[in-house]
Amino acid sequence: MDLLEYQGKQLFARHGLRVSSGQAVTSVEDAVKAAGEVGYPVVVKAQVLIGGRGKAGGVKLAADESEVREHAGNILGMDIKGHIVRTLWIEHASDIASEYYASVLLDRSAKRPLVMFSVEGGVDIEEVAERTPEKLIRHHVDALTGLSRAEAVEIARQGGADADVVEGVADALVALYEVWIEEDATLAEINPLIVTPEREVKALDSKVSLDGNALYRHPENQGLSDSENEDPIERRAKEEGVQYVKLDGDIGILGNGAGLVMSTLDVVAQAGGSPANFLDAGGGSDAEKIKQAVDLLLANEAVKAVLFNIFGGITRCDEVARGLIAAFEDIKPTVPFVVRLDGTNDVEGRRLLQEAALPNVHAARTMNEAADKVVALAAGQSVGAPA
Amino acid sequence: MSVLVDERTRLCVAGITGREGTFHTLNNRSYGTNVVGGVTPGKGGLDVEGIPVFDTWEQAMSQAQPNTAMIFVPPRFAADSILEAAAAGVELVIAITEGIPAHDELRVYNLLKRDYPGTRLIGPNCPGILSPGKANVGIIPASFFKAGSVGVVSRSGTLTYQIGNEIAQAGVGCSTIVGIGGDPVPGSSFVDVLELFEADPETELVVLSGEIGGSAEEEAAEYIDGHMSKPVVAYIAGFTAPAGKQMGHAGAIVSGSAGTAAAKAQALESRGVRVGRTPTETASIAVEVLGGALTAK
Repeated sequence: MDLLEYQGKQLFARHGLRVSSGQAVTSVEDAVKAAGEVGYPVVVKAQVLIGGRGKAGGVKLAADESEVREHAGNILGMDIKGHIVRTLWIEHASDIASEYYASVLLDRSAKRPLVMFSVEGGVDIEEVAERTPEKLIRHHVDALTGLSRAEAVEIARQGGADADVVEGVADALVALYEVWIEEDATLAEINPLIVTPEREVKALDSKVSLDGNALYRHPENQGLSDSENEDPIERRAKEEGVQYVKLDGDIGILGNGAGLVMSTLDVVAQAGGSPANFLDAGGGSDAEKIKQAVDLLLANEAVKAVLFNIFGGITRCDEVARGLIAAFEDIKPTVPFVVRLDGTNDVEGRRLLQEAALPNVHAARTMNEAADKVVALAAGQSVGAPA
Repeated sequence: MSVLVDERTRLCVAGITGREGTFHTLNNRSYGTNVVGGVTPGKGGLDVEGIPVFDTWEQAMSQAQPNTAMIFVPPRFAADSILEAAAAGVELVIAITEGIPAHDELRVYNLLKRDYPGTRLIGPNCPGILSPGKANVGIIPASFFKAGSVGVVSRSGTLTYQIGNEIAQAGVGCSTIVGIGGDPVPGSSFVDVLELFEADPETELVVLSGEIGGSAEEEAAEYIDGHMSKPVVAYIAGFTAPAGKQMGHAGAIVSGSAGTAAAKAQALESRGVRVGRTPTETASIAVEVLGGALTAK
């Protein structure tokens, strides 16, 4: 679960990291009010879960009320790479002497937490890592003992932090590690971590991802995330406990098991089609769950054809067939379906479908055949009489 | 032979009294797996269709001597259950549970390494391990597999069934199918399982089924290059997955430019591993390579 900048900063502040005072607002009037309270000059910052806000014109400095009015008016409603700006963060502008970079993340390869620090902040850190890797300190932390202050001081020193702020940077690293551990984050990043002319070390931005599986331990974090900007079908899927990811294409996909669904998307793409979604109906889906999933699939109006790819393990193909038949009774889809049932109770499942003779439902025996058929159907071609 | 589970397996199941736990434990037993007990705190002394239930792993160990644990408890209790089994001296822990927090997995992985190096963890969020004709521990539908010489190691359950079934239809069987799970910090990696297959005299070829996220496939490629004498055929899922979106599995996510399917396939191919473009093609390459290997003998 990715947090907006201001939500991340609020977590930072809770753990003793220095951030500028600011307010989240959703209207021009509130932006003006907030600016008056935090004190001019202010920065008006678009709150969206996508990089490159600055370049897109979503971050502006405002010296007075008329400038806040102008910038807030321009930025609210702005479309930044498909993300509509609905919230602004109004923050007192900081004077900047240096821009550093700091992050804590889970290194899946080393199976340890990784602390990274660089004095080359304020730019894309992947570029720093590529062009001048010696300027990015990478320090693995013992997952069982955590990051000690002495280690943090050493990281700051090695990374080349100015001598008079080594202690301040170390404090920030220790606090950032605490955020990562105590909030069950998978990523906690500050870019830039600034040094002010007064030699204060402050987080000017935040990028935080929380582990959805650990949210039960953090009821206070449950309301976070950019729910307004979330795709409405993805939001509904989440509420219904279905694994669904919206994609850009026109072929609806349903399968059982994350790996098989991912593979189905690939096979459809190889056949020349464009998947509209990822939907994992999960293991052991019963008829009711299948019906619900069909409803979700068809909520996306771009869908021109649907592929059901089931390899039954715990999932029983006859249950899937019953679910599909029930869905057709209730929902009456108008787009063609291709159904491939294999595995547990596949013979019975195929028999049920054949007997039901659902309109515009085509059977396929293999995954590849199913992909070819659904791509043809989405393109408006005929694939022969429904089976 | 086979790896990890076989006729010598003595299985004890944490969460045996839950609905899923009972169902799959009995399934495993009817396949022929020797199930010696279950653990559910507060239910010690009961039995599940003749399988004795213990309150703790310590009691299970002293009274039933399991060498294999299967974890079926809910996510918030799973980490402690794994560690308790390890502390009791169980050598192999297979965690089926999905949804364990990543930080718990990180702690478990590092604690096992430091304090219980004699315990191997497979999973979590995995379908388990099947050695056809010998033992089944987990939720893999055994009827799609027959005994043979192909070792399978996979991050995904259903994809394994898909590939395994196509291999079986070509008349080829499997030595062992190992699901290592779809989470960010699995207890065992591809490399750990490849090492076992390389040492197993019955395994002639390995099918590796990977997916987006992390770098386990790249590490496997490097290992295969330096250490595997047996052929490996691979499949990678998730070429069409957009960056930053979790595709079902907690570990299946492309972060920035890291963890893409294309990079994984390239890493494997650059070291001479053939990568199938579809599950079907992967199965047929495996059958073809195996045929060649057998003829050469």
